[in-house]
Amino acid sequence: MGQGASPGRASTSANPGARAGLMLISPTLTYAVLLLAAPLATVVIYSLLTGGRGQITWDFTFANYAEVWTGPVYRAIMLRSLTVALGVTCVTVLIAYPIAYFVSFNVEPSRKSLWLFLITIPFWTSYLIRVFLWKVILGYNGVVNSGLMGLGIIDEPLQWINYNVGALIMTLAHAYAPFAILPIFVSLEKIDRSLLEAGQDLGESKLRTFWRVTLPLSMPGVIAAVLIVFIPTIGDYVTPDLIGGGKLPMIANMMEVQMLKVNNKALGSAIAVSAMFVVAIIAVGFVLLNRRFLGPQK
Amino acid sequence: MKGRGLRTYAIGYLIFLYAPIFLLPLFAFNDSKIIAFPLSGFTTIWFSEMWNDAQMWNALRNSLTISTSTAVLATIFGTLAARASTRFEFRGKAGALGLIMLPLVLPEMIVSMSLLVVLLAIGVPLSILTVILGHVLICTPFSVAILTSAFQSLDKSLEEAAYDLGETPFSTFRLIILPLVMPGIISSLLICFTISLDEFIIAYFLAGADTVLSSYIYSQFRFPARVPAMLALGTILVLVSVVLLTIAEYFRRRGIAKTGGKDTGGFL
Repeated sequence: MGQGASPGRASTSANPGARAGLMLISPTLTYAVLLLAAPLATVVIYSLLTGGRGQITWDFTFANYAEVWTGPVYRAIMLRSLTVALGVTCVTVLIAYPIAYFVSFNVEPSRKSLWLFLITIPFWTSYLIRVFLWKVILGYNGVVNSGLMGLGIIDEPLQWINYNVGALIMTLAHAYAPFAILPIFVSLEKIDRSLLEAGQDLGESKLRTFWRVTLPLSMPGVIAAVLIVFIPTIGDYVTPDLIGGGKLPMIANMMEVQMLKVNNKALGSAIAVSAMFVVAIIAVGFVLLNRRFLGPQK
Repeated sequence: MKGRGLRTYAIGYLIFLYAPIFLLPLFAFNDSKIIAFPLSGFTTIWFSEMWNDAQMWNALRNSLTISTSTAVLATIFGTLAARASTRFEFRGKAGALGLIMLPLVLPEMIVSMSLLVVLLAIGVPLSILTVILGHVLICTPFSVAILTSAFQSLDKSLEEAAYDLGETPFSTFRLIILPLVMPGIISSLLICFTISLDEFIIAYFLAGADTVLSSYIYSQFRFPARVPAMLALGTILVLVSVVLLTIAEYFRRRGIAKTGGKDTGGFL
């Protein structure tokens, strides 16, 4: 290689390639810096300033954080968000694992992408309408209650299925299901099938082979699934609003109230930074707890 | 035996996944303002109510403007980043890609609020333009992911052959690389279009006085009498998304077949 008409570009020597690569990526990178990094930095700075009534003054303070971390309302909302996000993550990943396993081990290779396509389609179709449909399904006069009453199974509407944390978890678990399946599927696909045969040749039962070989080898996928479900669900805005009927606010709803309705951008920013901090701590902690699964294998 | 149990479970799971979507046409064609069983009769009144809704058409026009611009811009940004990351090694590559892909793991509320704070501070008026800015940011990672796999499956020797035959880097890109990754580009355009059309949080907070389809639907959910017409609209939207995604999947698979790769699965 490198003997062609334009050796500078075709050669793999570090320098010209590095310059070309940087030039190519720079428009996208500039965009991300201007519209993502800079706004995030602004939010961090705002969170340390004094705000209120639509004004921001350049007085550095930690008062916003003190309020977010000690105020009982904020603590309750933060705890609810964590409970919902953890609940959704557990439900989603536990339900998703057998599906990923089924598609990877029991479906013929030629039909795998059809299954994956079927699993992903609902994810891409109007999130808003799907969440609203769950409200319609689980509501007091909703589909489940009216259906069961029509069939004569119950006499009055069930109340434990609507407007509570359980309904939030149900809705979000449905919304994020494909997110959990894909990473687990990818890690199961990577497992060398001869390892499983070796396990069984050495006298392990199928269940023990799964427990000692398949599950540990698929842990990177499970970890990715946990993170990819946990992080967006903790910041969900629509579900608490529609399903919780405004009575079960989560972090995102609290951010909206402070940023726009109360118009205290400093406090709103402190909530946003605190939320990112909590999410980052949990994510890093979770990865560290599982690092033995992430080590040597590819 | 074990396989059969799993298969039953998988089919049950698909039913759970699709159940809410199947309710959509059921109640969109139901002759009642109340969304509950028993069904009372067939009607297309909700579809005509939706069709004659001037505000809906206005919101749809805005949404289509946003989604089309977003799809084009995000795919251009995605192509550049994916090409840079698959073909070249340079310092800070991991960091740069990390930042570009960050919106994938950042709650949308945080992306939208931080953008809003900056736009308000600079004094940029909120409109569909600001929504496009936000949507390009969240769609670019998807485009990068799709196009990275398209560029990765390229055989580098084809490119080198073109250089050896005297083509310039630009003509090589136009004549060899672009046609080979074209299915990936089309797939990226369609996916970004679908994401942008469907997106709510950024569209809701950054549109100012303009309404887009998702925020319009959201506002109408507050009025029970308007719900059936919104379910009719939802039915059509779901159909359109499914068609677009099927086309995207077709092109993605054709792209893999074209470059001689093995299909390993979905979009992500």
